[in-house]
Amino acid sequence: MNTPAARRWTGAAARERKRRLVNILMLGLTGLATLLALVPLAWILAEVVARGSSALNVEFLTQTFKPTSLGGGGIWHAIVGTAILVGLASLLAVPIGILAAFYVVAHPNSAMGLAVRFGTDVLSGLPSIVVGLFIYTVLVIERGYSAWAGSLALAILMLPVVTRTTEEMLKLTPQSLREASLGLGAPEWKTTFSVMLPAALTGVVTGLMLAVARVSGETAPLLFTALGSNNLSVALDKPMASLPLTLFKYAVDPSKTRNAQAWAIALVIVALVLFLNIGARLIAMWRSRMMR
Amino acid sequence: MGQSVSVTLPVGVAAPPLSVASTAVLGAASGLSAKIKLDRMSVYYGAFLAVAEVSLPVYAHQITAIIGPSGCGKSTLLRALNRMNDLIPRARLTGKVWLDDQDIYAPEMDVVDIRRRVGMVFQRPNPFPKSIYDNVAYGPRLYDRIPKSELDEMVERSLRRAALWDEVKDKLKQSGMALSGGQQQRLCIARAIAVEPEVILMDEPCSALDPVATLKIEELMQELETDYTIVIVTHNMQQAARVSDYTAMMMMRPDRAGQVIEFDVTTKIFTRPSDKRTEDYVTGRFG
Amino acid sequence: MISTQPRATRPASSPVVRALQHGDIPYRGVIALSALAILGLVVGVGVMLWIYSEPTRVAAGWSFVVETEWNPVGEVFGAAPFILGTLNTSLVALIVAFPLGLGVAIFLAELCPIRLRALLGFMVELLAAIPSVVYGAWGIFVFIPAFVQPLGDFLMNKFGNPSRFPFLPIFQGPFFGASTLAAGLILAVMILPTISAISRDVLLAVPRAQREAALALGSTRWETIWQVVLPYGLSGILGGIILGLGRALGETMAVTMVIGNVSQISASLLSPGYSMASVIANEWGESRTPMYASALIEIGLLLFVTSLLLNIVARLLVWSVSRRNPDAGGGRA
Repeated sequence: MNTPAARRWTGAAARERKRRLVNILMLGLTGLATLLALVPLAWILAEVVARGSSALNVEFLTQTFKPTSLGGGGIWHAIVGTAILVGLASLLAVPIGILAAFYVVAHPNSAMGLAVRFGTDVLSGLPSIVVGLFIYTVLVIERGYSAWAGSLALAILMLPVVTRTTEEMLKLTPQSLREASLGLGAPEWKTTFSVMLPAALTGVVTGLMLAVARVSGETAPLLFTALGSNNLSVALDKPMASLPLTLFKYAVDPSKTRNAQAWAIALVIVALVLFLNIGARLIAMWRSRMMR
Repeated sequence: MGQSVSVTLPVGVAAPPLSVASTAVLGAASGLSAKIKLDRMSVYYGAFLAVAEVSLPVYAHQITAIIGPSGCGKSTLLRALNRMNDLIPRARLTGKVWLDDQDIYAPEMDVVDIRRRVGMVFQRPNPFPKSIYDNVAYGPRLYDRIPKSELDEMVERSLRRAALWDEVKDKLKQSGMALSGGQQQRLCIARAIAVEPEVILMDEPCSALDPVATLKIEELMQELETDYTIVIVTHNMQQAARVSDYTAMMMMRPDRAGQVIEFDVTTKIFTRPSDKRTEDYVTGRFG
Repeated sequence: MISTQPRATRPASSPVVRALQHGDIPYRGVIALSALAILGLVVGVGVMLWIYSEPTRVAAGWSFVVETEWNPVGEVFGAAPFILGTLNTSLVALIVAFPLGLGVAIFLAELCPIRLRALLGFMVELLAAIPSVVYGAWGIFVFIPAFVQPLGDFLMNKFGNPSRFPFLPIFQGPFFGASTLAAGLILAVMILPTISAISRDVLLAVPRAQREAALALGSTRWETIWQVVLPYGLSGILGGIILGLGRALGETMAVTMVIGNVSQISASLLSPGYSMASVIANEWGESRTPMYASALIEIGLLLFVTSLLLNIVARLLVWSVSRRNPDAGGGRA
């Protein structure tokens, strides 16, 4: 071809070099960005392990609060508190979340179904402190700070996660299962519970794991609901200790002992969160391999 | 004609591959030069042989059609000509593909430049979600800072050559995706032409279009022949017979590899083919 | 013995019994209630915050938002310092997290070998799993002393001299570590996974045909990404940014622990600041009067409304990309 354009292009060796250079440079930058993004992860994990392991021992985990003058004590009260708060929240969030997921899957294109999906997304994007404030106005003003209130707040935060993962899993179960059951004359609820739910069980389990991971570290909403405490208590209508609240208190405390303890708590929480997240991922992977 | 069935004929022995020498005799006699030469080219996906030992010439300023039943590797063969197979992680190639005198798979070759010289139009039209103007101007802009007046000229020229100018000259700023299917395909052709390629590869360019649009594109191909070398893959035999000068007939071997079993002047392929399998295919006995 | 008579379907005794017989109506009712619960919660949060912020809303009206003085003792409640503080930290976070997050997304979607993609993507998402309070502790004891302090000192010394750079107030001192910059940087780390995960999904949804068209015209990989793939997915990526912004606005603990908690309005990134979520968290325990509590709740209401709006806009944007029909062809000449 001998058009002016073709002639111009055949002589453009320098331009070609530039294009090649820009290509390599920009692609390299994206790889760099990825590395850079992983640096904080590695850094935080390293620090948490390094600083947290010094104060972490059996006494620390099994004793309750003691003032620093007496050695600082441990976090057993907080562990129990978190277990109760999260456990109660799960009891509330899981059934409602699963049922809501059933609804969405049963009415995928109705206005209400879409609204619920949207609502789930919106709920998951709400700042957790706002959720805490909400429960405060609903419950705490009347009845004071309590574990109930804390659990409710956490339940609201867990709800969208459970609903979402259950819904995704239900969508993956083959329609044929559902049709087979209905075709045999089984009522809708039986079909859902005996046929679809077991099939979606891994989704529910992973959803629960991820939801627990999410709320185990939540501090802000508990500030207005469970308030935190230094005592070991299982009373649901009184304030209750929790790991993240204790972490916060100890981290901003001027005492070095408390700071070290804060890191130990961080190690416990991060270990739990990582375990749950990685576990959920592994289960999902195993499951998808099974379904192939 | 059903495309869902891929057929392998029970042939006792796979036919020997056509050699470049024997097929070159064809063109040399009429004074044609080979723009592209395939020399025992095979394409593998991992360990699987997809296209087996193809040797044939693609003559300059001619339309070469590749025909054959579904799944026999026609597209793979086509995509080897502009190194689009490189995009598939486990694809590799043995043998040689010559563009003029250069082996396009040689390590020192710049694949970006090869793709400019060997353009491609795809089965489903795939205009960018940009304006018609920007679609056509996309290629030239990659290579140079071209002053607007010259760019306008290039866009108009390409659209004219693609027989689309009159229909879109008043709406160049409109999205390319707002056009009809046939217009989109002509836009894609204009876009490919705008970088002044030497060869245009067409992978079943009309299969997503209705008969009227198809006819327009076939006419276009005949016009483009004077300036470009064209290779077209098609499952539509009548199209190949109407449009092309040379035809390569591909079939799937028992080991599922695709092979060119006959390559000849189109009229001969369709009137007096040498291979019985070709005859069966073009007369519609199967495929 | 199996009866050979066709069995008639038993007639039910009453409509109610019929309805309850198979459990379908209660079942449908229960799941509908659960679904409503979710919607109800979203609405309920807004309603309750609205109700309980009434004292300050009625008293101050819109001036609550623009009043710059926050003096609970004197009963002056101006939320402007916190709104600006939140905006500042979020802006810093976005400016840092967007290019990084987009870079990660491009790498994972376009360049990374498929086996690595899931692993690396998961690791980036783990950043979002670490609790805010842990980020806060890391911020106080590690990140600020080791990174933010030196960085801030450098910026202050280089660019923060008012006589040399009078029009660049953002790096002026004094600087003590806890600052808008520190909060913004930690927020950037926290929202990066959101931006990168959504952008990556958006990029993966761009049809292959688009990339092939660009490459077949002789584009380099980068040119394909920059000029074809990214523009195609732009609205979805924008949605991801907005979601990241939404997350940044509401982050409480990490910000509280590193921002300094001083309700002043300053043009410098290096001075301490205050964010909406932080003031609620910090001053909650001290709020004795109803007006004080109402003011804090009103700030919560502002957070709720902005987060709601951002979420809606973002979801619509992300949704619009997946709905776009790239299918060309199939028709008329």
